[in-house]
Amino acid sequence: MATKKASAKKQLKTSKSELLQLYRDMLLIRRFEEKAGQLYGMGLIAGFCHLYIGQEAVVVGMRAAMKDGDQMITGYRDHGHMLACGMEARGVMAELTGREGGYSRGKGGSMHMFSTDKKFYGGHGIVGAQVPLGAGLGFANKYLENGAVSTAYFGDGAANQGQVYETFNMAELWDLPVVFVIENNQYAMGTSVARASAQTELYKRGISFGIEGHQIDGMDVLAVKEAGATALKHARDGNGPMILEMKTYRYRGHSMSDPAKYRTRDEVNEVRHDRDPLDAVKARLEKEGWADTDSLKAMDKEIKAIVADSAEFAQTSPEPDPSELWTDVLLPVEA
Amino acid sequence: MSIDIQMPALSPTMEEGTLSKWLVKVGDTISSGDILAEIETDKATMEVESIDEGVVGKILIEEGAQNVKVGEVILQLLEDGETEADLGTPAASSAPEASSQSEDGSDNPGTTGIRHPENDDADTDKTSGMPQVKVANDPDIPTNIKMVETTVRDALRDAMAEEMRRDEKVFVMGEEVAQYQGAYKVTRELLQEFGDKRVVDTPITEHGFAGIGVGAAMGGLRPIVEFMTWNFAMQAIDHIINSAAKTLYMSGGQMRCPIVFRGPNGAASRVGAQHSHDYSSWYANVPGLKVVAPYDSADAKGLLKAAIRDPNPVVFLEHELMYGNTFDVPDMDDFLIPIGKAKVRREGADVTIVAHSRMVGFSLEAAERLAQDGIDAEVIDLRTIRPLDTETVLKSVRKTNRIVCAEEGWGQSGIGAEISAVVTSQAFDYLDAPPARVHQKDVPLPYAANLEALSLPNADDVYEAAKKVCYK
Repeated sequence: MATKKASAKKQLKTSKSELLQLYRDMLLIRRFEEKAGQLYGMGLIAGFCHLYIGQEAVVVGMRAAMKDGDQMITGYRDHGHMLACGMEARGVMAELTGREGGYSRGKGGSMHMFSTDKKFYGGHGIVGAQVPLGAGLGFANKYLENGAVSTAYFGDGAANQGQVYETFNMAELWDLPVVFVIENNQYAMGTSVARASAQTELYKRGISFGIEGHQIDGMDVLAVKEAGATALKHARDGNGPMILEMKTYRYRGHSMSDPAKYRTRDEVNEVRHDRDPLDAVKARLEKEGWADTDSLKAMDKEIKAIVADSAEFAQTSPEPDPSELWTDVLLPVEA
Repeated sequence: MSIDIQMPALSPTMEEGTLSKWLVKVGDTISSGDILAEIETDKATMEVESIDEGVVGKILIEEGAQNVKVGEVILQLLEDGETEADLGTPAASSAPEASSQSEDGSDNPGTTGIRHPENDDADTDKTSGMPQVKVANDPDIPTNIKMVETTVRDALRDAMAEEMRRDEKVFVMGEEVAQYQGAYKVTRELLQEFGDKRVVDTPITEHGFAGIGVGAAMGGLRPIVEFMTWNFAMQAIDHIINSAAKTLYMSGGQMRCPIVFRGPNGAASRVGAQHSHDYSSWYANVPGLKVVAPYDSADAKGLLKAAIRDPNPVVFLEHELMYGNTFDVPDMDDFLIPIGKAKVRREGADVTIVAHSRMVGFSLEAAERLAQDGIDAEVIDLRTIRPLDTETVLKSVRKTNRIVCAEEGWGQSGIGAEISAVVTSQAFDYLDAPPARVHQKDVPLPYAANLEALSLPNADDVYEAAKKVCYK
């Protein structure tokens, strides 16, 4: 069993079309989240709203490595995952505003959206709960012999939950096809990893279960994709789970009402200017001659139009009909 | 046309704040993500980030300005190639409806809450709740059918085996369910017939395997998760409630979770407080769950089969002290008892006794003694705790005018409390006596034999309570 730290930076192989697609997918998440933050500021989105800005490379890189049929499940910072799965920006944004056109018809909110069609299984609000649920999806894959792998995303905070280790144990014991993706953005709400974790190198957390773990630069979409492909193959081939610790960073507060006083502005700015996952791809695109300022601007405009349309839809879609209060509590029993 | 940047809200309740500091000046080039200003409320200071790109054209609110309304334009940004001449008239405050409704109350705890006039025309009956679904009656049992004496334990086992034969997607997981043949032998011989793919021994990690079970149900399987006792399921209650019960609703009807959580509930014999807790009222409190607690073998079998086929999460509460008891089970193919229907176990005219699980036996025993005293008791076995068959209970009370609610769990917020409330609110005029409740004494269950006996309700308690409501 290998358990490895992130390797030194090397330039990974890619192609024009692939890199443009990855950039576009990340840009959609970033622009969408910026808009969500704005709508929250306008009072159109209420309650909790956890933005994914800064972490885009993790889910986009992973999704690029996944096959159709592979599932995704995550915690409450879930907008990026849904967009990466191909769920419509309109439906996600309208759920944030609590409207009929939302994926959960306004009854779930920011943390609770699902798409069985796009293999996105939520959207879970209890820290760490998605880990056994994700392993359960893997259990079903193995039972049904459908060849799919489940990917379960959780943060550095959830990595300290007891149920995560119960799940690691069973996932390895039963060789479940599941990849555990730890999105280590370095702060569990306001508590840094060092203040909460005896072992801060989270990829090592599977050692006592015999689960291979790797630490990846989660700001490098190609590195994420490469590691994701390895882990998915490992799981798909019947070798059980793998842990990928993605070193990443969230630019915004934990939720919208977090003044983020637990870290300095300089720290945020440094990551933003030196390690931004979009800037890195943009630089490579320009260096390879695969894109220029004009073409990137055009893409940005196109993405902004999608996001603006979703925001418009999210405000014009009606609120759920009052009769919806009583629906979807129980399914009828078939005779 | 320039871009208007508005005073943002830090929280849904914020209506205004102080613009404490500008971090940009006119002429600065702004990229998306740059900090424009700091704003402050009595609760926090926050930075305003730009999501747009451009050049600062005009600053409309001075640094230090207080009581700046949410939605007011604070800065105008010039886009590519625009000049000062392109500065538009700032749009009027677009403070959203949520804050403008605050005059009718706010969403601060303790206030009446935001009014939603859009609901005024709704013809939804706010008090009656969920539309009642008609539940089918018990199947007709032909008179020539053979009855087979079966223990509750074997009836449960047979139900699982039959459903596993019927549907490949049904499997059972839990501690000691396979090789050990079940801690209480309820899964006896299932491993031999179905193999270890479908009869899965788990480590002693209730939280984890309940979560894996729920995930497997979301992934298309029909798990039966056995808890060695429901006491241990407290480790797993988050997945039963937050992951299984609420997800259909939270997903707007998309995410299904057909799963059965089952195991022995309530007091065993001399096992102390941590192993002797009746959870009926805990799970009965949660919409999105069905909660079943059978008494005899036929119901155990028919209801468990129905639970396994049910598309919803079902909490199935068995009783360890009933496992070895023998009752008749009709020898029928596909014997199903619909979930949600109470059963009148003994008809009577003078007093209604409502019970579930093991208390049904004590209630029937009490009814026999009451008969000797000339009191004709009707005994209703609830069988399902959620949805509660209030119709059967109310119909009986309207006939007998008296009710005793018997349960093994504690009284406060219990099943008896719920039924008393239903009866007093919906059949008040029929009552000739206040509803009486029989339940465990309000203490953790003691170990000492004599104290244990004092703590748990029994047939004597039911008998006494019935006499009392009959004023005899």
